[in-house]
Formats: sequence, C-alpha cells, structure tokens
Amino acid sequence: MEKTTRVKDKSLSKERFLAGLKAGLPVAIGYVPIAVAFGVIARTLEIPAVIAILMSVFVFAGASQFVAIELIAAGIGGVSIILTTFFVNLRHLLMSATVAEKLPALPTRWLALLSFGITDESFSLLATSKIKTLSAFYVLGVILLPYLAWTSGTVLGVLIGGQMPSILESSMEIALYAMFLGIIVPEVKKSNPKLIVVSLALFLSSLLTWNPFLVLAEGWRIILVTAISAFIAAKLFAGDDVNA
Amino acid sequence: MLEYLVIILGMAGVTYLPRMMPLVFLANIELPPFWKRFMNYVPPAALTALIFPGILSATDSALFALAGGLTAMILAYQKFSLLAVVIFSILVVFILQLGVQL
Repeated sequence: MEKTTRVKDKSLSKERFLAGLKAGLPVAIGYVPIAVAFGVIARTLEIPAVIAILMSVFVFAGASQFVAIELIAAGIGGVSIILTTFFVNLRHLLMSATVAEKLPALPTRWLALLSFGITDESFSLLATSKIKTLSAFYVLGVILLPYLAWTSGTVLGVLIGGQMPSILESSMEIALYAMFLGIIVPEVKKSNPKLIVVSLALFLSSLLTWNPFLVLAEGWRIILVTAISAFIAAKLFAGDDVNA
Repeated sequence: MLEYLVIILGMAGVTYLPRMMPLVFLANIELPPFWKRFMNYVPPAALTALIFPGILSATDSALFALAGGLTAMILAYQKFSLLAVVIFSILVVFILQLGVQL
C-alpha cells in the first residue's frame, strides 16, 4: 500500500518537474544570447575566462554581472563593486517575497535551494502562474534550464569571443522583453485593477527616467516603481478579490 | 586572481541574501489581507518597470524594438504560447534588421 503511494508520488513529482522545464524554456532561450554577450564582453575587457564563468555560476544575475565586469575593467575597488551589486539586485527581495506567497510549506533547505533561481524572469513566470500552490519540483524545473542556459552561454561567449553575428545577437535581445509582454498581456486582459497598476507603473517609470531633477540607477527605479504602484493599488482596490 | 575570486564571492553573497531571506522566512507565514493584495499587484508593477523604458534600447533601433514588442503584445492577446510569442518577436526584429542591412 505504502509502496504504491510512493511510486505515485514519484511519478507526480516527475510530471511536475517536466512541466516546470517546459515553462522555463522561453526564459532559457532568452538567456542564451545575453549570456554569450556577457562572455564576449568579459573577454574584450580582458577579464580571465574562468572568472567570467565562475561569476555566472555563483552570481546568476544578468545586469549586475555586466556592471561588475565594467567596474573591474575600470579598476574600481572590490567593496564598491559588491555594494553596487547589492543595490542592483535588491529588487529580488520583493520578487522573492511574492513567490513565497505561492509556495507550500517546504523544508528550509528546499527553500534555500530554490531561492537561488529567483530572477526577474523566473519570478515573472512563477508569480503569475495559474497554479495556485506551486510544488517544489515544478519550481526546480522552471529555474533549471535558464540556469544551464546562463552558465553554458557564458562558456560559449568566452570561447567564441566576438565571433557571433551582431544582427542575430541584437535580434535576440528582444526575447526577454517579448517574454515579459507575453506574461503581462493576458494578466491585464482579465483584470481591470491590474490594468490600472500597469498604467500607474508606466507613468511612474517614465517619470523616474525622464525628469530634470533626479537620476536614478535602474535597480532603484524598478524597486520604487514596483513598491509604489503595488501599494497604491492595494489601498485602492480594497474590496477586490485577491485573485482578481 | 585571488582578488577576482573575493569579488565574485561577495557578489554571490549580496545577490543570494535578498533572494533567499523572503522565501525562507515568508513561505510558511500567512500575510495580512492588505499585504496579500500588495503582493498580488507586485507582478504587473514589476513587469512594467522591467519592460519600460528598457525595451526601447533592446535592439539597434527603438523602432525595431517597438515592432518586436507590438508583435509580442498582439500574439499574447491572441493567446499564443509564451514560446511562440518569444520566437515570433525575435523573427520580426531579425527580418527588419536584415531588411535594413540589404
């Protein structure tokens, strides 16, 4: 009796894992050209190949890695680079908290492992997923292919070093934006409050980008726009169903 | 070389902590209704901030990027799969850039 339940559990885990892999595929496709570009630029800046690869393996955060190699090449000190990385990636705090809401009670070591894979893109998929409570195996599936794409893309980049046709690379840089749009359009289509949140965020993001008074780093702009828009909406739509 | 390794470890640490702490400490906690609503509105708000205005400088020309973005929006509205949305948008930008080069 117990044995059959366990076998059933195992096949269910496998099924969820495979569903996660499938969901993560568009993210992985979007990561490849960016990772290759990272590897190529690292070589152009004369960063050792192994350092570029290790950065992708251990940090796994696109924008901050590009910033870091520029700063290293410019001879900026380690403390400044680490501090900059912290501020650029602080936005994950909000994203991770949102994903946490959709996870079941899991052992801490599982949560600690899965959290390494929280990026702008995996967050977008997980936080808007139709599945109400995400299983650990599904999340593992979602984050695995993008991680492999990111690390192997970096290896490819340091190996080819500037050999990739620029027209292909430039075309593929639309991929992640297309993915974000592909996620947000259906969300907005079915919910008016969310359409208002998007309009509000669009306005704030433009305001913080194009104003004569204040120059904000991208990481701070994303944090401020997200927090302010979500806060106003939560105040405004107090009567709404949470799943609207 | 050692200095590079120290920088990577530092970067890894400060990137991992904001990812790990909310997941580990919030996953098993039930939030008050207001903060549940707040979390419900984080994805559309964050996605908007991630898309705009970054998309304008995604490709060599802002016009091509807009064409790619518009393709993605139309296909997503027509309920195409995420994979199809991504591949067709890349294709549109690629063809436009190829057209300019020829």
